[in-house]
Amino acid sequence: MKAKTTTRTAKTKVKPLTDKDRLALFRMMVRIREFEEEVQRSYLEGLVHGTTHLCQGQEAVAAGTGFVFRDDDYVGYTYRGHGHCLARGMDEEGAFAELFGRTTGVCGGVGGSMHLTDIDKGLIGAFGIVGGGLPVSVGAGVTAQMNGRGQLSATFFGDGATNIGAFHEAMNIAQVWKLPVLFICENNLYGEFTRINHSTPYEDLIRRAEGYAMNAVQVDGNDVEAVYAATAEAAARARAGEGPSFIECMTYRHRGHSRTDPAKYRDPKEVEAWLARDPLKLYEAALIKRKLLTREKAEAIIAEERARQRAASERAAAAPWPDTDTIDYAALTFA
Amino acid sequence: MQEITYREAILAALQEEMRRDDKILIMGEDIGPSGGPFKTCQGLYEEFGAARVRDTPIAETGFVGAALGLAITGYRPIAEIMFADFLGVCFDQIVNSIAKHRFMSGGKVKAPLVIRAIGGAGLRFAAQHSQTGESWLLSVPGLTIVCPSSPNEAYGMLRAAIRYDNPVVVFEHKALLSTKGPVDIGGPIPPLTGPKMLREGSDATIVASLAMVGRSLEAAELLAKDGIEAEVFDIRSLRPMITGPIVESVKKTNILLTVEEQAQVGGWGAEVAAQVTDAAFDYLDAPPGRVTLPDFPVPYSPPLEDSVIPSPERIAAAVKALV
Ligand SMILES: Cc1ncc(C[n+]2csc(CCOP(=O)(O)OP(=O)(O)O)c2C)c(N)n1
Ligand SMILES: [Mg+2]
Repeated sequence: MKAKTTTRTAKTKVKPLTDKDRLALFRMMVRIREFEEEVQRSYLEGLVHGTTHLCQGQEAVAAGTGFVFRDDDYVGYTYRGHGHCLARGMDEEGAFAELFGRTTGVCGGVGGSMHLTDIDKGLIGAFGIVGGGLPVSVGAGVTAQMNGRGQLSATFFGDGATNIGAFHEAMNIAQVWKLPVLFICENNLYGEFTRINHSTPYEDLIRRAEGYAMNAVQVDGNDVEAVYAATAEAAARARAGEGPSFIECMTYRHRGHSRTDPAKYRDPKEVEAWLARDPLKLYEAALIKRKLLTREKAEAIIAEERARQRAASERAAAAPWPDTDTIDYAALTFA
Repeated sequence: MQEITYREAILAALQEEMRRDDKILIMGEDIGPSGGPFKTCQGLYEEFGAARVRDTPIAETGFVGAALGLAITGYRPIAEIMFADFLGVCFDQIVNSIAKHRFMSGGKVKAPLVIRAIGGAGLRFAAQHSQTGESWLLSVPGLTIVCPSSPNEAYGMLRAAIRYDNPVVVFEHKALLSTKGPVDIGGPIPPLTGPKMLREGSDATIVASLAMVGRSLEAAELLAKDGIEAEVFDIRSLRPMITGPIVESVKKTNILLTVEEQAQVGGWGAEVAAQVTDAAFDYLDAPPGRVTLPDFPVPYSPPLEDSVIPSPERIAAAVKALV
């Protein structure tokens, strides 16, 4: 697809990808895919409780953006945030254990699938209330600005979230204060069971940014290098004190909204077209063309990552449950 | 009487009322062709069409505020809040506009609207999707707040709420959606407010709401095995809080225990205890007891979540500690 942009070129040059980078991007996408597949499998086995929101099909967004962030950046996301956590190096065993409600989970089993958080890794939180995370990321953006070390605050959200007040308030504040915030919209065309054209006056959400005079770019969210380039450019602007950006990544979720949703409300032709543009397949083909990968090598990476996720999930499933007698809710709730 | 689920009871009430009065319309997220995430609106869109069954964008402030606009201009809107937790998003519209608009107009406007909020713990939905929210609006004059605990109550109270000429917040409970019970389809409209006695007893009075009602009835069975007969009330409405029948019960049993699925501080149990103490201080053999969630958010992990939700055993033990 052709990218739309309102971007003025940033003063800072974006670092071009090396071959090693490309293979790392590919592996990260595979990792996220295999993690989510393992979550799905675990869910069916009864290891994951309540609900879970998977991101298969959207891996290029997490991998491509994640590759840009520095260790001291702040990243906020939603219930559909497993990929962003992995892209930032969240320990998979800890993530699985959290989904399984075990004491070794990254949040001690208290948070669950919708709230994977690791502040030490700059993963400031997964917000289950649509739009709820955006103002929080604005706050982290103020911190980044005050610190004066070129940090940024990135916040991920869906197309549906652009209909809620918090989105608009956050965009406006960030622009008025020229904050180093990246608003990264994963436009997967659906909010739960409702297609975007039923909830939003247009499908190109980049138009939202115009109302806030914000730098904005729309990219093919299934093209990991395009995502990387757009994010790197926006990040360079943010770090240079040139203010926030809105990055719209056009993508698609392969599965339903959450675990119980068979996603029957989607036109099979639409699904088929997007499956044909599976970000992993697209990138595999691109890397094969560049002679960085062969089908066999790609299969080997997939097998490795599958085994890795499987092993992490098995270790997590063997971990103990939190102890109801000794758990210290007061310490969990208050500092 | 028909045996139907709480979910079917909600749907039956909506269907019936919408057939009766074409000024009634419903708004909510994914309630149209997909029938609602909890399937409480299944078939409404097909029957009543897109004008009266409105799929909204994710915009609770927008569509809850719009409900007030519709209500004061002649319609009778219903707004569905998918998870009661999301009431937080539209709090301003409810507490500053909906609750006060008639008052501020000098009693001239009428705001017949219903906000249905599906809340509650027990399904492993974690801290932001497990709150009942039932006391969040307790200190807001101008609201009527009800909480049906069974299919029959869901059916009856929702019909009563829709016919009422003032704003009503109906707290439903997602752990009850699949529970079955006898429903008097087409029966008389029950009173919207006021408690209901569900089990007679002479030794203790238990007052509960939503999913805690069933657990309190189970607790009463456990207590009966030990020779303690508990009288169990479903509080039904939190606003207005009507405690007359509870006071009469306590005069007989001399013991009061409230059971609610939320933190103790700021809960409705405190108000029941205060009103009963005011009216029947001399009859109480022990200070009123309260069983609640701990004063912390709801944890995700199943053993943790199970341990914080009051169980029949815990309720029974609390009664025993008082008698
Ligand atoms: C305030 C609020 N309203 C409703 C919901 C229920 N809900 C959860 S996810 C979702 C759809 C969000 O769609 P989008 O922003 O496009 O993100 P996606 O799920 O596609 O990643 C809805 C309506 C919620 N969590 N919070
Ligand atoms: Mg979406």
